[in-house]
Amino acid sequence: MSTATLEADAPAPEIEAPKPFTVTFIIRRFDPDTDAEARWQDFDVEMYATDRILDALHKIKWEQDGSLTFRRSCAHGVCGSDAMRINGRNRLACKTLIKDLDITKPIYIEAIKGLPLEKDLIVDMEPFFQSFREVQPFLQSATAPEPGKERVQSVAQRAIFDDTTKCILCAACTSSCPVFWTDGQYFGPAAIVNAHRFIFDSRDDQAKVRLDILNDQEGVWRCRTTFNCTEACPRGIEVTKAIAEVKQAVMRGRA
Amino acid sequence: MPDSTAGTLQTPDAPAKQRPGGTLYRGNEGMWSWVLHRITGVAIFFFLLVHILDTSLVRVSPEAYNAVIGTYQTPIMGLGEVALVGAIVFHAFNGLRIILVDFWSWATRHQKLLFWIVVGLWVVTMLGFTPRHLMNVFGH
Ligand code: SF4
Ligand code: FES
Repeated sequence: MSTATLEADAPAPEIEAPKPFTVTFIIRRFDPDTDAEARWQDFDVEMYATDRILDALHKIKWEQDGSLTFRRSCAHGVCGSDAMRINGRNRLACKTLIKDLDITKPIYIEAIKGLPLEKDLIVDMEPFFQSFREVQPFLQSATAPEPGKERVQSVAQRAIFDDTTKCILCAACTSSCPVFWTDGQYFGPAAIVNAHRFIFDSRDDQAKVRLDILNDQEGVWRCRTTFNCTEACPRGIEVTKAIAEVKQAVMRGRA
Repeated sequence: MPDSTAGTLQTPDAPAKQRPGGTLYRGNEGMWSWVLHRITGVAIFFFLLVHILDTSLVRVSPEAYNAVIGTYQTPIMGLGEVALVGAIVFHAFNGLRIILVDFWSWATRHQKLLFWIVVGLWVVTMLGFTPRHLMNVFGH
């Protein structure tokens, strides 16, 4: 068989360039200087299936309305800046692809719930970080490691809390929690996840203190296992499972 | 305030959907089972409250007790009893599910499956109960 060479006069096969399509976004806006109430505003944006919600927000901000306010830093799912409610579910804008959403309908974007709204998609994260700090999310060891050595930890010991080391503090979990919406005092899933990370760390000696903190009225017992947090976590952390493990550690009185 | 609008493509008063609050959070089985658990729990609480009051009437006077209980023997109350049993059965089965979810990591991972099992058990129980009960209520 002769080699199937392209005939000279045949037009070069054209790779069809993907065509953008128009996607409608309905964004909940709020400007504290002019608005008494938040309002919904819609934007039509040309998008590709492989674009992310964050690209849409950029396009809107750069080409249509520079006053649109949102937070983002890394744009690659690492920093945890851009958790927001996309079609009614907490997601990172930079990890949500257009092709995974139903674009025959408009896409609703709003700020995460349960934290004070500051402007457009930005909320005051201070109460969230306050709870995070309260669980003492840092290594506290009673003994110093051998001079010149690291603290030894086996693979099995490390595996116990591996899941909860992945948290990027985006607040998607805490602000998806119906308990947190009505009771802002609740520590919230993220704080418990980060407590879990140290409670079950074999090198740490202050598990008892953290368990006492979380045995509080507003601690782990507020959790009603709605699993919104587990489903919202962009890092795939099994948040509710971590909370259940902390609950059991509180009952046993030790990690 | 300075007009910080960069582009001109967007008219300021574009017809925006006026929905003052945020959208409803779209949780899945876990969230809705919790909502149902709350609603049935509160409903059962109020039933118990009334039930304790009417039962304690018997100490006030047996006649008053009989009169009150008599008003319960109506078809409407019969349907209400179906609702009451439905609420209790759901609350009971889902309560067991929550215990499993809290204490057994397999159940924590498979809570959705467990929710549908609860729904299945609820349907089976109600299929057993409702026809018999309604025959009693309407079958005189
Ligand atoms: S546990 Fe997940 S959802 Fe919660 S703050 Fe950490 S990364 Fe975000
Ligand atoms: S911008 Fe950093 S996580 Fe999305």
